[in-house]
Amino acid sequence: MSAISKRFPGVVALDRVDLEVAAGEIVGLVGENGAGKSTLMKILAGIHRADSGDITVDGKPAVLHGPADAGRLGVAIIHQELELIDTLDAAANVFLGREPHRGGPLRLLDRRRMEVDTERQLARIEAGISPRTIVRRLSAAQQQYVAIARALSMNARLLVLDEPTASLGSREAERLHAVLRDLQASGTAIVYISHRLREIEALADRAVVLRDGRNAGVLRRGEITRDRLVQLMVGRAVAQASERIPTVPSAATARLQLDGIRTARYPGAEVSLTVHAGEVLGVVGLIGAGRSELAEAICGVGSRQAGRILLDGEPVAIHSARDAIRAGLCLVPEDRRGRGVIGAMSVRENLTLPALGAYSRLGLVKRSAEAKAAREIATALTVKASSIEVAAATLSGGNQQKVVLGKWLALRPRAIVFDEPTQGVDVGAKAEMHRLIRRLADDGAAVVMISSDMDEIIAESDRVAVMHEGRIAGILDRPACTAESIMQLAVA
Amino acid sequence: MTRQEIGILLLLLVLCAIVAAASPQFLSVVNLQNVGRLVGTYGIFSIGVGIVIITGGIDLSVGSICALLGVLLSMMLVEWHWAPAVALAAVLLLGGVLGGAHGLLITRLGLQPFIVTLCGLLLYRGAARYVANDSTKGFGAGQGFEWVRALASGSVGGVPMPFVVMCVVAAIAWVLLHRSVYGRHLFAVGHNAEAARYSGVRTGAVVAWAYALSGVLAALSAVIIAFYTNSISPASHGNFYELYAIAAAVVGGCSLRGGEGTVLGIVIGAALLQVLRNLVNLLDIPGSLDFAVMGAVILFGAVADQLFGRRMRRGGP
Repeated sequence: MSAISKRFPGVVALDRVDLEVAAGEIVGLVGENGAGKSTLMKILAGIHRADSGDITVDGKPAVLHGPADAGRLGVAIIHQELELIDTLDAAANVFLGREPHRGGPLRLLDRRRMEVDTERQLARIEAGISPRTIVRRLSAAQQQYVAIARALSMNARLLVLDEPTASLGSREAERLHAVLRDLQASGTAIVYISHRLREIEALADRAVVLRDGRNAGVLRRGEITRDRLVQLMVGRAVAQASERIPTVPSAATARLQLDGIRTARYPGAEVSLTVHAGEVLGVVGLIGAGRSELAEAICGVGSRQAGRILLDGEPVAIHSARDAIRAGLCLVPEDRRGRGVIGAMSVRENLTLPALGAYSRLGLVKRSAEAKAAREIATALTVKASSIEVAAATLSGGNQQKVVLGKWLALRPRAIVFDEPTQGVDVGAKAEMHRLIRRLADDGAAVVMISSDMDEIIAESDRVAVMHEGRIAGILDRPACTAESIMQLAVA
Repeated sequence: MTRQEIGILLLLLVLCAIVAAASPQFLSVVNLQNVGRLVGTYGIFSIGVGIVIITGGIDLSVGSICALLGVLLSMMLVEWHWAPAVALAAVLLLGGVLGGAHGLLITRLGLQPFIVTLCGLLLYRGAARYVANDSTKGFGAGQGFEWVRALASGSVGGVPMPFVVMCVVAAIAWVLLHRSVYGRHLFAVGHNAEAARYSGVRTGAVVAWAYALSGVLAALSAVIIAFYTNSISPASHGNFYELYAIAAAVVGGCSLRGGEGTVLGIVIGAALLQVLRNLVNLLDIPGSLDFAVMGAVILFGAVADQLFGRRMRRGGP
């Protein structure tokens, strides 16, 4: 792949990126969240089309109109979220969409051929799974093998694995690496995407680092070390730390305290944190570090296995979003369209939804009071909409996010959690959102801001908590908080 | 009025005009009273099912609830000699309890609405036949509960009582759906249950109450239908009523995906179905075709809405 560029509305996802993989080579592809790894692989898989640039396979230019073209060229991608149908057995998954049949008008399935071939592929990677096992009954690692067997049975000559070890234990991961080395020896080209830099160090012949949609550097075997990878991944000019002085006095009141929180995703990891009134605590970590799970657990919408939540020193019982909201703990969720706003309802109805009781008497909504309150919030947040009666879905991402935040303003939250508050919003709206977040803190709220945007974290947080595999790997105060120190804590 | 309500109202008026032109009998007082009585009766439980559909669910049990409660009402009044007010209250309460039970099974255990209410459809039909010993029940010329009977056969200034009752129910439902906190939460849950939950709405309670309301309204129409027919054969009484209700709600603008629908739309939808049945009657179309005519007209409406409505929506705001 050479000089691949791709832009999405508002962002340049890839800017003249090159990537080359030789037969029998394992290339590690690394970069921060949003560096362009996934987009590049989606172009290779034929899911997206590049705006410019060329893809060459075996020296011949290739044009990919869709995933089927990529498959025909021998490119197979195993995504982090495996695309297996878990109620079908291994053989059915291996042959999904290209089932062999015995011909004739009924096109009966040739189960025998499916099973024999699946068995052969699974044996090749020494998976030890019967082709007839229902995928749901397999462990995460075994499901990974089924996905690899599927790729092999399609005669994949280039195999792309996206975070294949994210849900595996270390022994299973080693086993997978052994399988990949075998495949490498038999001439398969492999692209291995991982945030676990130790794995890249151990496995890759070359490491290609992407940063902000560009090639940031290539390391050859022997040069690959965790530290050098981190340097290349963040290698930005030190983020322009604003001259704002940390506003948190040392004796600030502890407003939100988390005590031994365990989430369903990482039941073995405990999180304890304190956020002060008037403070913005940035929470950073790689994808899968458990940040959103933590946010959802403390705000009552996700499951919490253990732990106490204290507001102003008082423990609060939170079993639902409603409990959290009543206690004054609100969440601006990451999935804006799915969980933040109700797109089909008006801006007014969205803004007043959690506090509708305040604008009603005897269960009936006082329409003028409601409209007045909604107008006030919309004005205060400068929501750009032709009227508060338009459907929320018609607003831009940034304005929808303001509506989600606006829902909580009338409730005067004591603590508020933002999960990726500026994802997919344009630059202007981003600055406004930052201003609003700071204003909430200045008004005395404890603010938790989860973000994958390193600049945002560094510029907007008073302290930064770095998460790794469900734990707090470290908390950095402002002076110590640089992209590099964060990344050191965030990677394995 | 919303655009959808206006569209369906126009369809209803056009249909009325066609029937009136083809058969002058349509506009006769007797016929209009008769149609009004049916619109009222079917409208009441259609509103209930419509509320459930707005949550994104479905209620298939109303026909069987009608049969079971009709049988029980007859037995309470005629065989057990309960006071009419007590019997009426018991029937409404029972309807609410059955509907509420559906709601709890759906929200607490996470069962699918289709399955829960399908089981209700089968269960209550069987129960109705069992308690009645499979024999037809009625009220004969029974004394002492004339005022209950008046709900079905009476009239106010020439307007049939069931229609009046439906108007009252519709007015209350309109306030509940379009002006109350509960109604706002109902639409929020129907549109996007996750976002509603994230906003602190008690989604389970909102949905469970919708089924309970549907049960109460089914019970209310069960009383009217029982007295209207005065002959309740437990095997066939109320058959297909759930489908009339779903059809009325959908014709009236409810989306089976949830979140959309208005009380006025549902009422107009119920009226449209009854005018269609009346059309079959008056125009000497074989009665065996009445379902077919209804199906064809609804399908026509849905196709027209999809073809022209979509274009309008795309061009509109």
